[in-house]
Amino acid sequence: MDILSLFIVVPVLTILVLVFTRNLKQARLVSVVGSLVQLGMAINLVFAYLKERAINSDIMVFTKDVVWFEQFNIHYTIGVDGISVALLLLTAIVVLAGVFISWKMYDLPKEFFISLIVLSIGVYGFFISIDLFTMFVFFEIAVIPMYLLIGIWGSGPKEYSAMKLTLMLMGASAVLLVGILGIYFNSNADGGALTFNILEIAKANIPFEVQKLFFPLTFIGFAVIGALFPFHTWSPDGHASAPTAVSMLHAGVLMKLGGYGVFRVAMYLLPEGALHWSWIFIILSVIGVVYGAFSAIKQTDLKYINAYSSVSHLGLVLFALLMLNKTAWNGAILQSLSHGFMTALFFALIGMIYSRTHTRDITKLGGLLKVIPFISVIYVIAGLASLGLPGFSGFVAEMNIFVGAFQQEGLFMRIATILSVSVIVITAVYILRVVGIMLMGPIKNESYLTLEKVTWYERFGILLLLIPIVGIGVAPLWLSDMILESLQPFIQGLL
Amino acid sequence: MDISYIILIPIIPLVVFLLLGIFNQKIKPGISGYVGVFGLLASTTLSFYAAYQYFFVYGKVDGVFQTFSEKTVWMNFTDTLHIDMGILVDPISVMMLVVVSVVSLMVHMYSRGYMKGDEGYTKFFAFLSLFTFSMYGLVLATNLFQIYIFWELVGVSSYLLIGYYYTKTAAIAAAKKAFIVTRFADFGFLIGILIIGFYTGTFDFETLNNPEGSVILNWAATSFMGLSVITWALILIFIGGAGKSAMFPLHIWLPDAMEGPTPVSALIHAATMVVAGVFLVARLFPMFYFVEDGFALNIVAYVGAFSALFAAIIAITQTDIKRVLAFSTMSQLGYMMLALGVSGYEGHEGVGYMASMFHLFTHAMFKALLFLGAGSVIHAVHSNYLKDMGGLRKYMPITNITFLIAALAIAGVPPLAGFWSKDEILVAAFEHNKLIYYVGVFVAGLTAFYMFRIYFGIFWGKERTYDHKPKESPLSMTLPLIVLAFLSVTAGFIPFSEFVTADKAGFEAHLNYPLAAVATGVGLIGIVLAWIFYKNENSLSDRYAKAFGPLYKWASDKFYFDEIYMFVAKKILFKRVSEPIAKFDKKYVDGTMVGIGNKTVLTSKKIKGIQSGKVQDYAFAFIAGVVVLALVFIYLWPN
Repeated sequence: MDILSLFIVVPVLTILVLVFTRNLKQARLVSVVGSLVQLGMAINLVFAYLKERAINSDIMVFTKDVVWFEQFNIHYTIGVDGISVALLLLTAIVVLAGVFISWKMYDLPKEFFISLIVLSIGVYGFFISIDLFTMFVFFEIAVIPMYLLIGIWGSGPKEYSAMKLTLMLMGASAVLLVGILGIYFNSNADGGALTFNILEIAKANIPFEVQKLFFPLTFIGFAVIGALFPFHTWSPDGHASAPTAVSMLHAGVLMKLGGYGVFRVAMYLLPEGALHWSWIFIILSVIGVVYGAFSAIKQTDLKYINAYSSVSHLGLVLFALLMLNKTAWNGAILQSLSHGFMTALFFALIGMIYSRTHTRDITKLGGLLKVIPFISVIYVIAGLASLGLPGFSGFVAEMNIFVGAFQQEGLFMRIATILSVSVIVITAVYILRVVGIMLMGPIKNESYLTLEKVTWYERFGILLLLIPIVGIGVAPLWLSDMILESLQPFIQGLL
Repeated sequence: MDISYIILIPIIPLVVFLLLGIFNQKIKPGISGYVGVFGLLASTTLSFYAAYQYFFVYGKVDGVFQTFSEKTVWMNFTDTLHIDMGILVDPISVMMLVVVSVVSLMVHMYSRGYMKGDEGYTKFFAFLSLFTFSMYGLVLATNLFQIYIFWELVGVSSYLLIGYYYTKTAAIAAAKKAFIVTRFADFGFLIGILIIGFYTGTFDFETLNNPEGSVILNWAATSFMGLSVITWALILIFIGGAGKSAMFPLHIWLPDAMEGPTPVSALIHAATMVVAGVFLVARLFPMFYFVEDGFALNIVAYVGAFSALFAAIIAITQTDIKRVLAFSTMSQLGYMMLALGVSGYEGHEGVGYMASMFHLFTHAMFKALLFLGAGSVIHAVHSNYLKDMGGLRKYMPITNITFLIAALAIAGVPPLAGFWSKDEILVAAFEHNKLIYYVGVFVAGLTAFYMFRIYFGIFWGKERTYDHKPKESPLSMTLPLIVLAFLSVTAGFIPFSEFVTADKAGFEAHLNYPLAAVATGVGLIGIVLAWIFYKNENSLSDRYAKAFGPLYKWASDKFYFDEIYMFVAKKILFKRVSEPIAKFDKKYVDGTMVGIGNKTVLTSKKIKGIQSGKVQDYAFAFIAGVVVLALVFIYLWPN
């Protein structure tokens, strides 16, 4: 079995075993083992990749190709570059942390973990696919379980949220499918057979008229899940209703499919379309960046704050992708990773606070530093990471984005850049507001004095997410260089 | 010169921070204090050794102090732009090492007494170490991005320490305010860095600052709105510096920052972090001076002079002694800025630069002493307000004497430290800009007045009824006072002009007797006035306050700058931007999406009647269809 297909096979096996489990204990044990193996494989893949990269200069390494549906030339083609390796590692870490955070999932545990792992299959598959169609299939596999996870295990108006989220993402998928088919039917511009293979299509010269037509469809199709303004509204409601682990996976990993897809498909295959349309999407993404941050200031529900913060942070990803140079792209990928770890950590912490105090309304909380110091201190750290403090991953990512964006000349680009840099101030406002109201100050409610201390599995889940945040923040060079190397093919399309 | 050991100076406090931070709960408070103090003692020793090596053993080569650096790439942006981490050793960084070490060590020692019994004792020392590490990193930075990184880290240390008493509402608000205001300034700083990076292709100080280098020679290459882009960058960078150094109008966070524990105010908000802005301008001085004939430097001079005056006026009216000291700090920082602003570059022309660094050095000593002395008083009477103090000289002799020394030093009375450095500043101002010189002299008088106002108010005047008899602080607290008092007396005799100058070559400085006499005279007048007003309780001050009427009220309300900022933040940004956006999102953006969904449902409801399932309906539709089609074919179809 090749090193990449294992990323699909192991979770499938995990699910098969899960089917035979009888209770929570067994289900979570199986899930933990399965996810641990995944994490081990992901770490191993990083080293294997670095080793392979030294001797192999192909765009994608560890490739494998199996014909899947001959009639339409659909293949199961897989392979990775530095970008996907990094994102696979992110996924493995977040999934494992999610399993630990769901330690006490008494409600239908077996079904819950199965759905969670199905979701992860979709994500893993998406990141390793080189074939557009296969990629699309995995994309759908990742989105569908979300409906069940929120609809069944959610809270609040869960049916409404689940329905809204699914419909909006499905709507986007429909647009995306049109885009993908458009690319497919023009993939033989130089003659030969139609193909879904990304590397093949990149070599073909798709006519400008076609690119102009299909770039917006592909871009929007992917960007909706990346919370592009004004298509972001599924995310606050979705997050608010979703159970903790689902929010973690959703914001931490699933939303990354958007940026990745935009980059790998829309920008890579339709570079002239990107050049033509970039201005409008730059405007939308900058609006998302600033608007998300300002919306977050006024929210009182922790999950809404974090959801709007995600709109802002991921707006920065889309913005950076549109800046069309390697530094900004590197920043976009780093920001995807950084945001993935950070937001998963935030949702985990919010889940812990909610399960203890039974509220997510910050105006009802106060003085938590005194009663649950560990969780609170980590919340402060996560907050500082989120506002881009040096020493944490967010800083590394943002600085790449800003320096990269500043390489683009012209008044329009400058204004867009300065507006997006301004979030370093607005983010500080909403983060410190929460820290001030919720964690500091006097204890607002007597019953908080007896809150349960942090448990070992919670601690483990937290540290799992915190280590990469600090690790990237302190020593970014290996990761950023690994990504930087893989960006060369993308820039060539633009030259 | 071998500089590799200097890296240990920041590393030691970092290790201490990690130790105390991670094992916070497991370490006994007594031990954490010792760990902090001894860790810093090691750093201090190394700093002194480095200074000795640099200035005396290695000395000048061809009459110029050399610059040494060691660095390694931390992150790559493009082929040319990258962030390095490293250490840069030149006169000002070595000088700053000494300043930071001395003050931080004293504050560490002092805190062992001051914070005794506090439940967050270990945490406090951890934060102090974090701050010291960041400050060392800042002064040793080799490039703009490195300094920005540590700049943010000192900012967050300051946030954590201001908010140290985290259950106090005022402390939380103050911490948040300090962070956000300086972050706002850093927004400018960051844009400035981006501009420099893009137009010069480097962040490295040595390349940027080379007077014969391409950056300085080619400053006019690109311009924007009539000014060189490099000038814009320098102005933006100065905004960052002005935020940290509490220059007008970004000063509003500093008085509130006094909510932190007093040792923190001494270390961070008087002696070290707040001078980072001054240090930043000094660090980039060749750029400020040579680019566009010092356009940006002029701004520095005027902002500095105005801040010095503005803060001194407010300081007179404050009743909280820590706030008086805070405004005093702002005023003295203004002095340093204006000195840089009027400075030239070579030889004696660069007296302003030298004076600024000199004042930074002496000010660190006597202002830290003033704060620690104030802390000792507050510790004894449990209040920050002048109205609760009086006649304390009998109870606290050591605090009294050391505070007096510091007050004399800041008032510029010879031969104490402040006299020498302030004199050089006024010389520089006199030679380059008369207006600024007059402002400087006037501020010197005000300084002496407000400082002795609180001195007399605390240690003389009428004795209050104290709940329990005030007593002198323990040795752990008075020993640092004595050491700093000694330094406040002697620091002025250091021949700074030989060591720290803009061109690194040094020059011979002479006391300018007429100017010194004027400054000293003005200072003495200030002290005498304070003596008349405040030595004994009398109604003179109230009568004068009344006579000044609204002016007094404005000054004591800090000219309403807090209110203006609050108005902009709360009424405009919160109410007029944030709230409408949140509502807009819910109502229109989300509303549209929901609307589309609802319309779909509605349409489907409306048309679902067609699929009624009744055969007669279908038959009717079928026949009707046939009829219509037949009519179309017969009459409308063209032949």
